[in-house]
Order: sequence, then structure tokens, then C-alpha cells
Amino acid sequence: MGIEVVVEGLTKSFGKQNIWQDVTLTLPAGEVSVMLGPSGTGKTVFLKSLIGLLKPERGRVLINGVDMVSSPERDIYETRKLFGLMFQDGALFGSMSLFDNIAFPLREHTRKKESEIRRIVMERVDMVGLLGAEEKLPGEISGGMRKRAGLARALVLDPQIILCDEPDSGLDPVRTAFISQLLIDLNAQIDATMLIVTHNLDIAATVPDNMGMLFRRNLVTFGPREVLLTSEEPVVAQFLSGRREGPIGMSEEKDAATLAKEQLNSAPSTAGSPPRRIVPQLEPSPGLPARQAVLRRKLRVMGMLDELPPAARRAVENGMAPAQEATP
Amino acid sequence: MTMEAERNPAPAPPRPDRPPRRQIPGLGAFRQTGRLFALAAAVTRAVFKRPFQLREFIEQFWFIASVTILPAALVSIPFGAVIALQVGSLTQQLGAQSFTGGASVLAVIQQASPLIVALLIAGAGGSAICADLGSRTIREELDAMEVMGVSPVQRLVVPRVLATMFVAVLLNGMVSVVGTLGGYFFNVILQGGTPGAYLSSFSALAQLPDLYVSEIKALIFGFIAGIVAAYRGLNPRGGPKGVGDAVNQSVVITFLLLFFVNMVLTGIYLQIVPPKGG
Repeated sequence: MGIEVVVEGLTKSFGKQNIWQDVTLTLPAGEVSVMLGPSGTGKTVFLKSLIGLLKPERGRVLINGVDMVSSPERDIYETRKLFGLMFQDGALFGSMSLFDNIAFPLREHTRKKESEIRRIVMERVDMVGLLGAEEKLPGEISGGMRKRAGLARALVLDPQIILCDEPDSGLDPVRTAFISQLLIDLNAQIDATMLIVTHNLDIAATVPDNMGMLFRRNLVTFGPREVLLTSEEPVVAQFLSGRREGPIGMSEEKDAATLAKEQLNSAPSTAGSPPRRIVPQLEPSPGLPARQAVLRRKLRVMGMLDELPPAARRAVENGMAPAQEATP
Repeated sequence: MTMEAERNPAPAPPRPDRPPRRQIPGLGAFRQTGRLFALAAAVTRAVFKRPFQLREFIEQFWFIASVTILPAALVSIPFGAVIALQVGSLTQQLGAQSFTGGASVLAVIQQASPLIVALLIAGAGGSAICADLGSRTIREELDAMEVMGVSPVQRLVVPRVLATMFVAVLLNGMVSVVGTLGGYFFNVILQGGTPGAYLSSFSALAQLPDLYVSEIKALIFGFIAGIVAAYRGLNPRGGPKGVGDAVNQSVVITFLLLFFVNMVLTGIYLQIVPPKGG
């Protein structure tokens, strides 16, 4: 089973510029979470802070009792072996073939024989659909292939925490759908804790158990997917529907005057917009075991049902109708 | 497209761990110096850490040797010749022509050879190391390595620094020999010196510690060149242009440090080792 990641009061600045502050959330063990946010709100910085590549000024990131912000370097290196991080553009080693890239963590951290390594690597290569390209150099393949190779490399050590930085960027809609399915299948197979950073609405709607959103240097919200998907928060509503009307502007945030004018002009259209429909979550492909996270999450969400906003509570109850019948 | 859009508005510099402090003039230089020394200490510690990256070391050793051997030999012949001619003409005027051999050989072995080696190691090897590490840094390869729990210092920097050190020592031997032969050739053939006087003055003035200090200098210069190149390569400032600047700076910084350290080492040597021909 995956490992819980606890983030407490994390604050990060570059020089005078504050990226986000006081981010507190818990990635529940074994569940899939998505962090949304407009471009440039520090989603990638957040991922890199979780794994200890960047050091936030304040706060803690606790994994198995190790604080990735301030623990000794040696503990951090040990803990990183539990992680698989898929970088935005793959971050493959340019001088090595895809095979050697994917085999790199195995050769560094295990004493497996070369035949064993070949078997594992080819399995992963097949999983991400790159069979036949494994002898190519990263410079010779497309961006989407590099991304998938990066994912294969992140998976090769069977990590317990998987972080994906924009798995969809540079991929076409079909490949994005395949990646979504792949991530869910992975979760069913290895039950790892996953965090996906993205601004792709399809992934956000179908993949996660939990969702959060970063905006204006703050974590707007983090919780079960129903909470965000039914949220009336203007930022969240605007983002999920991809509208121009709302607090998000071309450059991070709109000023008050623009916002007021916009509300004046488009008041009728926003009032009449239909409520968003909650799309059911993806199921693992046939033949794979059921996701253990589903049951754990159900218990967890039922426990916190009273704290949820009414719309989210209704959505949870609708989504769990069979469970509701079974309990009385 | 998405990647571009994501990247451009984000004003995150790639060296983000600068704390938001007030800038006191000159503080930056001290901070950089401190980081340089911290890297040197980290490298020294990591040298003794298992597993040693033998393959990487051999590859780097071979690479640095292959780009420096020929230029070093070609530079050392005229350099030995220049010293021989200059010293020869001076000693001729003073009437001490028989000492030409010893003087020019000492100048070549103790000063010229380690410096030639260091300049070539820094210019040919160090710049390549800096550019290599720098481009890997901006492509996030080193981040990826760290994420996989592999320390880039141990995996990449240690083999490179060791390679520059050992190549420097071996190259120094070669340059000393070639430079001395060049000096001999020009003194004996062109200036009409006698082979016997050249050799006897050599053994009268030169002693083994001259060779030792020459090799020690080469070792230290190789270390400095490797560390500075690695330091600038690990901390390029923003994009491909930053890597170019880093390479440029690494060579300049290395040169400045080399001449300063050379002065200090020469001073110490002259104080503690008594001259033979006294």
C-alpha cells in the first residue's frame, strides 16, 4: 500500500516573489489526487518541494516521519527511493538510449542481473507503448514519447508515491485518455499514492479520488473530488468550465475594474449556465484487480460527510447509492 | 505549446534557493565563494563513498586526456624554446652561459609545465565539463537523478574532478619532458651551447623536490579546474545562454585562481626547500 504524504503550512518564495503560502493538505495513502491550477501558479514548484528538490522557507512535508524540507540529506535521499517522479518533458538522460534511461534506477539501486533488468524494463516499455523504440536516443523521438519514457522510468522501481507533472501536455486527446487509463490501472496494480499536477479538465474529471486547486498564492481547496467538482467558488467554477468570465485573467488574476465590468456585461449568461455534471471516475481495465483505494476512500469520505458542503454531500451520496442501500 | 505557455509566465529562476535578504554589496561574491568551497568539501567526502563510478571515471579520463595531450605537447615545445632562448641570451650577456641548461629547465619544470597543464585542463577539459553539466542541469537531468536518489556530486562530479587531477599529473610529466627537450634542442642547436654544459648545469641546480612540487602543483591545479568547472556547470543562470556564460566564467575564474594559488605555492616552496646550488 502507498504511503501518506502530509503537507503542513508550506510556504515558498523565489526572492521577493511569493509562490504560494501556508499550503496544508494530506495525500491519503494509495489514493489518486490531482492538483489543478492556472499556468504559472507554482504547481511544478509544489511537486518539486514535495520531493525535496526545492526547499520551501516554512512548513513540513512528512513522509514516513522524514521531513523532506529539513531532514538530513541522507534521509531525504533514502526517502526519494520511494518516489517516482514524471517530469514535464521527461527529463531523460540525453546521452543514453531509452532502454538505458529506464534501466538507470535499477542499475543504481539494485543488484539485479542484466537479464532480469531487461525483463523488467521491457515490461515497462510495453506498458507505456514504446516497444521498438527502446534503442533510440531521447533526441530522436517525439515529446509525447519522451513523456511516456519518463513515466516508464518513474515506474521501474515500483514506487509507493508517484508524482506526475502535467502528464497530458504535448499529448493528443486520445493519448491523454490512454494515459488517464494507464494511471488508474497503475493505481489498481501497485496501490501507490499518486499526485497528478495538470490543467487538463478530462484528467481532472475522470481520474482522481481527491482534488485540490492552487490560485493566487493559496491552496483554494483540497478534498474529495465531489467537493471541487460541485464547488461554487468562482475560481474553481471558472476553471472547471474553462470560461473567460471570472477571477482568473490572462495574467494570473484580473483587477477589480475588469471584473466589475465583466459581471455587468455577462450577468445573465452566468446565471443561466447549467450546473456541472459529475462524470463517473474511471475504472481499472478489465482483468485487473479492483482498486483498494476505492474502499478506503469510501470509509474516509463517509466519516467526513457531515463536514462537506451540501452540494458535495449530495454528490457523494448519489455516487455511493449502492453503499447507502447496503448500510441500513 | 502548453509547455511553452507554462514556462514563459513562470518567472522562476533556476537557482531558486536565494533567501530573500537585503543585498549588501560584495555579499554575493562571498556567498559564491562559500558555495564553491562547500562543493569542494562535498566532493572530497564523496570520493571515499562507495560505489565508485569507475566507468564514468575512465570515460572522463580518456576524454580529457584526448583533448589535452596534443595541444599540451604543441604548446610546450615553443614554450621551452622561448625560455631557452631568453635565458640563453641573458646568461650569454652575463657570461654564465654554462648555466643556461639548469635555469631554463627549472623554469620549465617548476613554473611553465604546471601552468601549461592547468590552462589546457581548464580551457579544454574544464570548459567541456562545465558545458556538459550545465546543459544537463537546464534539461532537468540532474534533478531527475536526484529524484531517483542518486547524488549528482557522487555520480558525475567526483569522477570528473578525479579525472582532471590525474590527467593533470600525467600531462605535467609529459609537458616537462617535451619542454626540456625543446629547450635543449634550441639551446644546443641554435645558440651553440654544448650538450655537456647543459646537462651538468642541470644536475648542479635541479633537484628531485623540483619535480615533486611540479607534480603537486599539477594535482592541485587539476582539482581547482575540475571543481570550478563543476560548480559553474551545476549553477547556470537561466537557459542555454546561461550555460554559455557559465562556461566562460568557469575558465576565467579558474585562470584567476590558478595564478594566485601558483604564487602562494611557489612562495611556500622557496621558503621550505633549500636551493641546491647555494
